[in-house]
Amino acid sequence: MLKTMGAAKQAVHANVGSEADVPVAKSASTGRKILPIVEGVVLVAALLAPLVLQDYLTVFATRVIILALFALSFDLVWGYAGIMSFGQALFFGSAGYGVALLARDLDITNILLVLPAGTIIGLTSALLLGGFLLLGRHPSSVIFVSLGTLTGSYAADRLARGWYYLGGQNGIPSIAPMSLGGYEFTEGPAFYYLVLGILVVVYLLCRFLVRSQFGLALAGLRENEQRIAFFGYKAQHLKAIIFTIGGAIAGLAGSLYAFHEGFVWPNMVGVVVSTQVVLYVLFGGSGTLIGAVIGTVIVEGVSFWLSDNYRDVWPIILGLLLLLVILFRPLGLISFVLGERERVGSFGAKPKEKRNAAP
Amino acid sequence: MPLLEAADIKKVFGKLTALDGAALTVGENEFHGLIGPNGSGKSTLMKCIAGAEVPTQGKVSFVNTDITAFTPTERARAGMSLKFQITSVLPTLTLYDNILLALQAQCSLLDLVFSRTRGLLHDQVMTMLTQFRLADRAFDAAAALSHGQQQWLEIAMALAGKPKLLLLDEPTGGMSLEERRVTGELLQPIKQHCSLVIVEHDLDFIRDICDRLTVLDQGKVLASGTVSEIQANKAVQEIYLRRA
Repeated sequence: MLKTMGAAKQAVHANVGSEADVPVAKSASTGRKILPIVEGVVLVAALLAPLVLQDYLTVFATRVIILALFALSFDLVWGYAGIMSFGQALFFGSAGYGVALLARDLDITNILLVLPAGTIIGLTSALLLGGFLLLGRHPSSVIFVSLGTLTGSYAADRLARGWYYLGGQNGIPSIAPMSLGGYEFTEGPAFYYLVLGILVVVYLLCRFLVRSQFGLALAGLRENEQRIAFFGYKAQHLKAIIFTIGGAIAGLAGSLYAFHEGFVWPNMVGVVVSTQVVLYVLFGGSGTLIGAVIGTVIVEGVSFWLSDNYRDVWPIILGLLLLLVILFRPLGLISFVLGERERVGSFGAKPKEKRNAAP
Repeated sequence: MPLLEAADIKKVFGKLTALDGAALTVGENEFHGLIGPNGSGKSTLMKCIAGAEVPTQGKVSFVNTDITAFTPTERARAGMSLKFQITSVLPTLTLYDNILLALQAQCSLLDLVFSRTRGLLHDQVMTMLTQFRLADRAFDAAAALSHGQQQWLEIAMALAGKPKLLLLDEPTGGMSLEERRVTGELLQPIKQHCSLVIVEHDLDFIRDICDRLTVLDQGKVLASGTVSEIQANKAVQEIYLRRA
């Protein structure tokens, strides 16, 4: 019976995919999977990068990978669960400050201590803020959540600027490098492969999560929160959980960032970085994990190149480019190669027919 | 003891009194029609029962529990289910996933994260889809269905959690005659395990399927009784003639 469905299904896919490119819709209906190919290409490129890049570019690439990890955290919260978090830098930055203080005041730089510590700081701060913003008896409005997270990020920025203990405007400079036994992680290929390894592990965990039945619940949450509450889902709990997971990942990224750059400064918790991560995900394609990674690489890469070649006007060019993408490709660059059906994926058990799942 | 008892429900929106002491009693395995002219408060009463609106005054009891202050989630977990007037299937998900989403609503968090119930629920999903004549489209996106099929999918989703009471707000709105007939057929078998409250404009449909009727007019109950009692009721005839 499943076989006879093929023809009808193709016709329908063509209808559904009318927003996307026609060739994409076709390839999706013939069962070819685009996502694993894109993921594979990105992974291979990332593995080879330090071999071909000059040293200073490897350092730059390390920073991009850390930011891609940060982008994943926002993508989970916004792209998958539909929670407008405009303050994601709060978790990124507070973890950065936390591990910087551990290194400065307690001389703790062991990677096995600082990374879990940063993750826990991100997790705890997201749990506190998320609990406050999301766990009311009645669903909180999108405006309330986005303004609440934005305010949190802004307030943290002001706090960091004004607090002498945190170094005020200057932040905390010259953080000692992360260590493991006698080895010190300084900028370079070793640090690069460390963060790439962490990104791959976190990516795979996120992939597992968003393709599970929990991922289906998230899809319901994103599409129609009220509807799934009437099914008996505890929608607010789901939101708080994914928000907290996002916070933990942002915290992990923030602690890596602090040690990689060697300093932390108030912008890291503030609105600027919070907005930046929104752009990464919008640009690459929200609701796909690989879209967040690609978006980060491209936005950072393009800004790097533009700022080298057009010293004065590059932010304007970048801004226009972002606007164009958001205007004409609201689902991000990934939608050039990925059809709608494969992006959303399917979640059920299909014993006979293996089908595309969510990224 | 009735399954559902809504008593003296009052709902005020600003200066407008939508419900003014309305009441509704539904027994077990009873199909109950809620009818009345436009603006009589049918949909508002449904929303107050389902938890989409909080009544200004009054009490709703369900299975001997006062649920007036329950959230929609708590009501769903107590065994009440609602099909919205506006179809709200999740258009980008497949039919299969729409049903699975409804079926897994009360699974534990760990079950969801580790997809432990995915295999267990597969047969139930396919049974529901077959029952509602949608099985051959299981892996299409819900957006690709006709309006009538979306309504059926939505009824199937509302029934997925095995509710004791299903609230249907205009299930046949926008359907062809043939689709209405099929909807009636699809609803009959659920009587064995579920009560039904239907708001519907199509009086023929209501008469065919319901055991009892409650007629609302201007936020008050005009009459309540069996279908034949209501049909013989002078006051009811009057309001329908008046507006016809």
